[in-house]
Amino acid sequence: MAADTDAALSSGFHLLQPAASLQAGRTDSIFLTMLLLCGTVAAVLCFLVVFFAVRYRRGTAVDRTPPRELRGIEIAWTVAPLLIFFGVFGWAARDFITLADPPADGLPITVVAKQWMWKLQQRNGRREINELHVPLGEPVVVTMTSEDVIHSFFIPAFRIKQDVVPGRYTRLWFTATQLGEFPLFCSEYCGSEHSQMTGRVVVMSPADYGRWLASGPAQPSTAQYGFALFRQLGCSGCHDARSTIHAPLLDGVYGRAVHLQDGRTIIADANYLRDSILVPAKDVVAGFAPVMPSYAGQVSEEDIQALIAYLQSTSGRDAP
Amino acid sequence: MTTSTTTSYLDDGLTIRSWLTTTDHKRIAILYAIAITAFFFVGGAAATIIRLELATPQGDLVSNDAYNKLFTAHGVIMVWLFLIPSIPSVLGNFLLPLMIGAKDLAFPRLNLMSWYLYVAGGLVTLEALFLGGVDTGWTFYTPYSTMFSNTYVVLTLVGIFIVGFSSILTGLNFIVTIHTLRAPRMGWFKLPLFAWGMYATSLILVLATPVLAITVVLLVAERLFQIGIFDPAFGGDPLLFQHLFWFYSHPAVYVMILPAMGVVSEIIPCFARRPIFGYRSMAYAIMTIASVGFLVWGHHMFVSGQSLTASMVFSLLSFIVAIPSAIKVFNWTATLYKGSIRFDAPMLYALGFIGLFTIGGLTGLFLASLALDVHLTDTYFVVAHFHYIMVGGAVMAYFAGLHFWWPKVTGRMYPPTWARIAAVLVFIGFNLTFFPQFLLGAEGMPRRYHTYPPQFQVLNLFSSAGAGVLAIGYLLPLVYLAWSLRHGARAGDNPFGAKGLEWQTRSPPPTHNFDTPPNVPDIVYDYRVDEPDPAAEAVR
Repeated sequence: MAADTDAALSSGFHLLQPAASLQAGRTDSIFLTMLLLCGTVAAVLCFLVVFFAVRYRRGTAVDRTPPRELRGIEIAWTVAPLLIFFGVFGWAARDFITLADPPADGLPITVVAKQWMWKLQQRNGRREINELHVPLGEPVVVTMTSEDVIHSFFIPAFRIKQDVVPGRYTRLWFTATQLGEFPLFCSEYCGSEHSQMTGRVVVMSPADYGRWLASGPAQPSTAQYGFALFRQLGCSGCHDARSTIHAPLLDGVYGRAVHLQDGRTIIADANYLRDSILVPAKDVVAGFAPVMPSYAGQVSEEDIQALIAYLQSTSGRDAP
Repeated sequence: MTTSTTTSYLDDGLTIRSWLTTTDHKRIAILYAIAITAFFFVGGAAATIIRLELATPQGDLVSNDAYNKLFTAHGVIMVWLFLIPSIPSVLGNFLLPLMIGAKDLAFPRLNLMSWYLYVAGGLVTLEALFLGGVDTGWTFYTPYSTMFSNTYVVLTLVGIFIVGFSSILTGLNFIVTIHTLRAPRMGWFKLPLFAWGMYATSLILVLATPVLAITVVLLVAERLFQIGIFDPAFGGDPLLFQHLFWFYSHPAVYVMILPAMGVVSEIIPCFARRPIFGYRSMAYAIMTIASVGFLVWGHHMFVSGQSLTASMVFSLLSFIVAIPSAIKVFNWTATLYKGSIRFDAPMLYALGFIGLFTIGGLTGLFLASLALDVHLTDTYFVVAHFHYIMVGGAVMAYFAGLHFWWPKVTGRMYPPTWARIAAVLVFIGFNLTFFPQFLLGAEGMPRRYHTYPPQFQVLNLFSSAGAGVLAIGYLLPLVYLAWSLRHGARAGDNPFGAKGLEWQTRSPPPTHNFDTPPNVPDIVYDYRVDEPDPAAEAVR
């Protein structure tokens, strides 16, 4: 870990990490409420156990007449927790639904995890390793996959975490609310150097972020690179409007409902497009023959993400 | 075989051979106790090195690979070779027939075979560790375990597979025993809660362990032949592995805790001299936990990429499964009310159990809360939570039971003062070790980290210091219980004035358990506060 990250990490002790995202405050509210609720229950129970143990210890002269039926209390201590549980469940579930639903206009970042590093890419194609620069106050949507084993993308200060799974895309999103540097951890055990698979998130003011983004070496944006690949790999040979081969047109396919040969209808999201590149026979579009060869082994995870970014740019739509 | 009225099961054959070929459930329980104790201290040694390593943020004691193998060894040994068999195979084996007034389990030879399977599986697992170890974590997540780990994964899985059959056969044996061998007049609602705990546990063992066996076979096949079930590189799905694994491993948590609840339910009424509060609701709660416990496995997977709907359902069910556990805690507490309480070592352990299990259960609610789990899962908060349940709950109860029935098993009393000191040490050491880990988790320290940012060091130091206290707390009973075998005072048949059928026979019991048929009382836990103090007989 870099020395400056260490410095950021060791800036004093606090019960929770700084709350540096919109979600962080909401998660902390649930945490503190649970702490209060459960703390009270635990304290009352411990008090009762100790109190009864002392008061009714053998040899003391106290009234030990057996209590009568306590049916009412039994019902109360069954139903009351249940109602509270339903409340907490609903509250935490509501926030979880928000977390599962990234905003359509979020700033897209792509991540490829591998043993033992994070490779990240900004929308304009600028690449980073173990570092993520993001602007303050803007929703950021991170789409992730892994080249090898399962990892997990964890930013404690943002209170978010998502496993990064090989063979599929997972997403998380956040809106940073505090400038500064925050640690990034891998939190799913991934082998020898699991504990070194760390990094940092740098939150900058939007103006600084813009300057930082522009300052990198000039390179095509992810979508532009994807377009180049689209031609280079021969995708356009079949999927272009001028092609004579009977293949689905891909302009604007991203986010659209696609009817499949077997009667299903699915939304063409990143996972569908990824599967269609690697396992074309899996979800064949209605009315087309399954003639496309698999591109597994010919394209890297970054290439697939670039191809999807290109297809997404043709639709002008964001994540469905 | 002799049925002399003066010899006990311990005198019935003194050769090693007579022990290794015994079909007496009590002797098999002793065999289990010896094997389990050995594994407990091997797993504990691994934990000791882990805590030493984590005393500093740098990885300066062992290499990262060695660390990864140590926490895997700790998990594998403690889960499969200690916690799952501990209370059922040792205390359950010894007590279940006695408690229901039977001469033995329904299938005594199958019982012996279960022990041999357990030992064989345990030795295969240990061999894997000594050959070079395994570094996948006890959870064996794919594709790390199938493709990327270069360690003895298959051998370890073979060991676990064999041990699994021991679990299944023990479960089957207990179920049949409880159904068919209860003494006349011993109706279902006269069963001690320990027997209910054993019954529920056995159902889980029989229903869930085969799923583990299937999962292990598929995992080995994937690793050896790349059949494309779990590894996405061959068209498999790594989440499918997690679903199958937790479908077994979550109910397995209840295999650890239901017997513990049974033990505590025997001890608290005895030392409070009060009938257990809400006997029927206790029995129903056990069965509810065992059934609903099968439907909550997905709460281990909220951030794994499983569907939103699945996560919502699993979260709700996880809250619901907490209700019967809460009822049990309230009932134990209510049992103390208006009691006449004595603080013998078993009671100290049992009271400690209530506190620690409560904290373990309540922090489980934090993890069941979806958005909160996103932050807390895979951190030390989870580590602390499940150690409160498994060590604070299951191990405390195991020690409680060990002391409570020690006079019955051996005929000798443990040294009471030392036993109280050990109980207090374990309680303090435990809290010092694991409470700081809740804070570490809330702070965001991930699990299974060989090195960590220096910010986390203070809390880790507390935890490591606590582990030292805990280690002493666990070593003490090993010494004084061994000492008591020879030098302990003669205990008498029923030193605590307890009401279970097992206390109606001699200590140690004769080979066929009862010289005269036991007298099944009209109600269970018929304790009265105004009875003469059994402490008169007990050796103080």
